[in-house]
Amino acid sequence: MERPLTKNFRPDKKAVSLADYERSGGYEGLRKALRMAPADVTEQVKRSKLRGRGGAGFPTGMKWSFVPMGKEAPHPKYLVANADEMEPGTFKDRALMERDPHQLIEGMIVAAYAIEADIGYIFLRGEYECSHERLARAIAEAHERNYLGQNILGSGYSFELHLHASAGRYICGEETALLNALEGKRAHPRTKPPFPQVSGLWGKPTIVQNVETLCNVHHIVNHGPEWFLGLSLTEDGGTKLYGVSGKVKRPGLWELPMGTPMREIIDDYAGGMRDGLCFRGALPGGASTDFMVEEHLDTPMDYDHVQKAGSRLGTGTMVVLDDQTCPVGMVWNLEHFFAQESCGWCTPCWSGLSWTEKILLAMEEGKGSANDLETLKFQTMFLAPGNTFCAFAPGAVEPLQSALKYFADDFRRHIEEHRCPWRS
Amino acid sequence: MLTAEERQEIATKLAEYPTRQAMSIESMLIVQRHRGWVSDESLKDLSELLGLSVADFDGVATFYNLIRRKPVGRHVALICDSVSCWIMGCDRMRDHLCSTLGTPMGGTTADGRFTLLPIVCLGACDHAPAMMIDGTLYEDLDEQRIEEVVAQYK
Repeated sequence: MERPLTKNFRPDKKAVSLADYERSGGYEGLRKALRMAPADVTEQVKRSKLRGRGGAGFPTGMKWSFVPMGKEAPHPKYLVANADEMEPGTFKDRALMERDPHQLIEGMIVAAYAIEADIGYIFLRGEYECSHERLARAIAEAHERNYLGQNILGSGYSFELHLHASAGRYICGEETALLNALEGKRAHPRTKPPFPQVSGLWGKPTIVQNVETLCNVHHIVNHGPEWFLGLSLTEDGGTKLYGVSGKVKRPGLWELPMGTPMREIIDDYAGGMRDGLCFRGALPGGASTDFMVEEHLDTPMDYDHVQKAGSRLGTGTMVVLDDQTCPVGMVWNLEHFFAQESCGWCTPCWSGLSWTEKILLAMEEGKGSANDLETLKFQTMFLAPGNTFCAFAPGAVEPLQSALKYFADDFRRHIEEHRCPWRS
Repeated sequence: MLTAEERQEIATKLAEYPTRQAMSIESMLIVQRHRGWVSDESLKDLSELLGLSVADFDGVATFYNLIRRKPVGRHVALICDSVSCWIMGCDRMRDHLCSTLGTPMGGTTADGRFTLLPIVCLGACDHAPAMMIDGTLYEDLDEQRIEEVVAQYK
């Protein structure tokens, strides 16, 4: 099984050095890309069927094709790595940045070349200090070797890359909010259109792409789209970093073929549930995805199959719920996070989510009332797509709406027994 | 007054952006790295240095989780309270930390040694529960490990 994204990971978790990275074929994808026309790089990425690994799953090559190209295009154009990993339950981009920083940098340079970007930023979570240190060092090394800077490897193409430390807010993961944060403002989302590909950072064409997505780009150029498609078990190209947390025997992170079934990831890689515990459900791709349950365990974990199972692949890092953890408490924890992180820009989101959180907390404390279930259901419809300014609130109620469906008895017991049945 | 070192760090970073406003967040983080927090006086100094209003800075400061507008202890412990850590018992770890240090969440120990703050997902979910002290991540916490870790910080 090929694992292009993690093949260089060292067992001691230290960063791969530039020398080791180059020895294993590093920066070969960049050399190859620089001999191609930018449009051909985009075409290869399109044909590879690479889709965004940050959660939305938008086809990467198609996104790039919206950027104005050629002599008339506005400059500077920007490429931004969304390294603001903050989706609860997600721990994949931190691993990629800490353990193989040059891989992200090479992917960014190739992506930047494809859209003829002049300047790049890595928008990094403030808490990721280890990633910051290792990326800063790798950027300096890439400069010394002329992989970055003026006239890269004599190609005539120039690209500067900078690191931006964020000060922390979940909404910064939303690409237009991220652009406002990079401009030094409060991170409220922007109206779309215009889309960032046309008018993004400081009004200039901008591509924002998740770390894992970017890490794939130069591998596609180096080995070709057919190779990339061959890595996957399903229609979507490539491998995927899957993670499992919760009360399984061996929580962890694995690079596997895209479309690996959920059961295989949980049983074979995470070792199954801890002794004495049973599987009740899982959030397949972080806090903002709908629960999947027993009947969905054989779902191939790719974008379309998970969607057919009523959820989203999201970040691909799943959080497992066992039969001795309270589902209502878990959903309260999730909605507490979303109520706190709502940016406050639009009323349905900040008001609806704090209301939702209060109801769930009351239930957990044994103070729930009979009509609370109706109110919660109403909130999930009230905060559905189309009613709020951005996708934050619709994502926030995904785990709630599915919990109400799959764990209805648990909610009812909290109300009828005036207590949380899991608390002694 | 901003120190020469702070001014130098801000100037270096400013060169990476086309506008001064872009430095509003990182300039506060630079000050905070040196002083632990961002005071009213620092906001005024930054506003003069970068030509932005104090209100611009405070608007940004109050939006972001990691910018602190109150003094903190010598060490800051961030305790993750997001979903994976919650499943793995972070509430119990938080209570143990609070009773070990004798201060509630959001508080600072009487000797000024520690400030305890909640934080959202630290991206260490496969080694939950997790916390971060002064930028160093600590994973797989239990009561004993918490006591050992805390003892390293004087």
